Amino acid sequence: MIEGLLLGLAAAVTPFNLMMVVMGCVIGTLIGMLPGLGPMSIIAIMIPIAISIGDPASALILLSGVYYGAIFGGSTSSILLNAPGVAGTVATSFDGYPMARKGMAGKALTIAAVASFAGGTIGTILLMIFAPALSSVALLFHSAEYFALMVVGLSAIAAFAGTGQVGKALMMTILGLMMGTVGEGALSNMPRFTFGIMELQSGFSFITLAMAMFALPEALFLVMNPGRAATGAGGKITNLRISRAEARTIAPVIGRQSIQGFFIGVLPGAGATIASFLGYAVERNLAKGKEQEEFGHGSIKGLAAPESANNAACSGSFVPLLTLGIPGSGTTAILLGALLALSVTPGPRLMIDEPDVFWAVIISMYIGNLVLLMLNLPLIPYIAKILTIPRQYLIPFILFFTLMGSYIGQNNSTELLILVGFGVIATILRFADYPLAPLLIGFILGTMMEDNFARAMQLYRGFDFILERPMTLALLVLAAILVVLPSYRARRARLRAAVVADGD
Amino acid sequence: MALDRWIALAFITLCCVYGYAAFFTMDDSLPPILRRNPIWPSTFPKMLAVAGIIVGLMVLFGPKTVKADSPAKPADGTMDIAKLREYQIIPALALVGLMLAYAMALRPLGFLGSTTLFLMLGAMILGERKLYILIPVSALAAWSIWYLVQEVLGIFLRPWPAFMA
Repeated sequence: MIEGLLLGLAAAVTPFNLMMVVMGCVIGTLIGMLPGLGPMSIIAIMIPIAISIGDPASALILLSGVYYGAIFGGSTSSILLNAPGVAGTVATSFDGYPMARKGMAGKALTIAAVASFAGGTIGTILLMIFAPALSSVALLFHSAEYFALMVVGLSAIAAFAGTGQVGKALMMTILGLMMGTVGEGALSNMPRFTFGIMELQSGFSFITLAMAMFALPEALFLVMNPGRAATGAGGKITNLRISRAEARTIAPVIGRQSIQGFFIGVLPGAGATIASFLGYAVERNLAKGKEQEEFGHGSIKGLAAPESANNAACSGSFVPLLTLGIPGSGTTAILLGALLALSVTPGPRLMIDEPDVFWAVIISMYIGNLVLLMLNLPLIPYIAKILTIPRQYLIPFILFFTLMGSYIGQNNSTELLILVGFGVIATILRFADYPLAPLLIGFILGTMMEDNFARAMQLYRGFDFILERPMTLALLVLAAILVVLPSYRARRARLRAAVVADGD
Repeated sequence: MALDRWIALAFITLCCVYGYAAFFTMDDSLPPILRRNPIWPSTFPKMLAVAGIIVGLMVLFGPKTVKADSPAKPADGTMDIAKLREYQIIPALALVGLMLAYAMALRPLGFLGSTTLFLMLGAMILGERKLYILIPVSALAAWSIWYLVQEVLGIFLRPWPAFMA
């Protein structure tokens, strides 16, 4: 591990890469602060730029800086305006905004920054310990297991989607997989489902799809619902210091929530949002008496918990991506797409074939966290000025960047028409409460899944691989349980509710 | 019928079309040598079509989902169809139209012209009327983005209308 770290240091600590970290963090913070632009949209917008850098390590460093910055920026707008830019920071506003209302905006921002820093750093240390271990297990996997593992991943994403959402999430996953089959398949270079349209020959572009699924619906929603784009300077930001006693109060919270957040982040489909809500709930239950009453009215514990949890979860979500090549969240799915475009295939071989990329990313996470703490804290009063841009200027720019993201590098305006079309469909899907991240994950995993499936089928001349490889069978059974269990529990809850209603 | 069930119905229809193509038309052009393979290009799509129809039917005829009062759903972050009337649909539709127009105009008008117009008209749809601010801001933004993309990143963007270059 030590030599890996040294290798990573050598790769990451070049002036250019350091510049990338700083740039990524600043851009991420700036855009993440804007309401309606989450880390997924920001990373999707940054991908063409990252790809044009060419070097996979620098590109990934830039993108993970943006990711961290976006989460941090989201907490800033949650605290100052009660307008979370990202779903993962909604829990931050529960206690952060009351603190800002009481005139302690500076203190709230400091606690958020320190908690994020600690969460991110502890998460990265855990990532460094667990990723190589998991990776060496994953090296034993064959294509049959890979196929089964992807089935497990996709079912888990559906299973964690929430009550009553499992069917819908599965539907979106299958839709994504189906969209992944459009274009020339890897098996034989036969065009499939192109309906004779030339532009579909190479399939849908994943950047276009990512923009259409996340950035465009959010931007359109900002237009439709002006209240959401609450702009204004917020409170005056003064007195960034926290006292020694306060530091002692939040230290155990940060420790607990960093570890819990990391492991929630590792689970596919859970991610920063669930980690932050769960962290908040757990800490509220752990707190006693007066401290518990303070939750929701400006408790520093209630602010530190979700902040450390969501940053640790961000690091955690890198584990399945880097070791198995399977993204567990929409954001890591977009990162996977970027890596594939840079011809790096994440997975257990990554650490052996391209250790410098792997370790450079880990090192850059430390640096990114440090940069966020050192750069953003003193600058935050100035950065927060971006929140005063009126929405009639902001929204056209957001839409324009969305369009540019899929246009740059392709110079093809058909791509823009596809983007707008899918964007409108995605907005309708959002209205009907369909989750869109499973669609994108399915789309990105589709090709890999089919490749592994085809290899397994060819090796075993048919479906026998399911029975002949116990691990594959076990994984597929696990996937089935993951899908069936939530519906079974929902059914039981419904039956019980019906019985209670009868009894009344 | 609620919107989510209509979408499930549309999805099932899509799966049927997709499945029809996978089961009946795709394999016609497969060369005989590849037919001896255990896996055809249509195998995976066939599985997806069947799974898609099953899941679609489950959502279509499944029990009504009761919105749990879970904290994971922030009230103001989710789009709510019930509040559709309160939303400002017309500017949203106008902006969608503007984006389509931008896509069409990008080639004939060039990047600089069409982007300036897009940013200006977008702000005007949202209610901005101060042209003396709007025009310089959009033109400057269009030019600086073009400069960044073309000169700094080295990605070609046609700046001027088609007849000038």
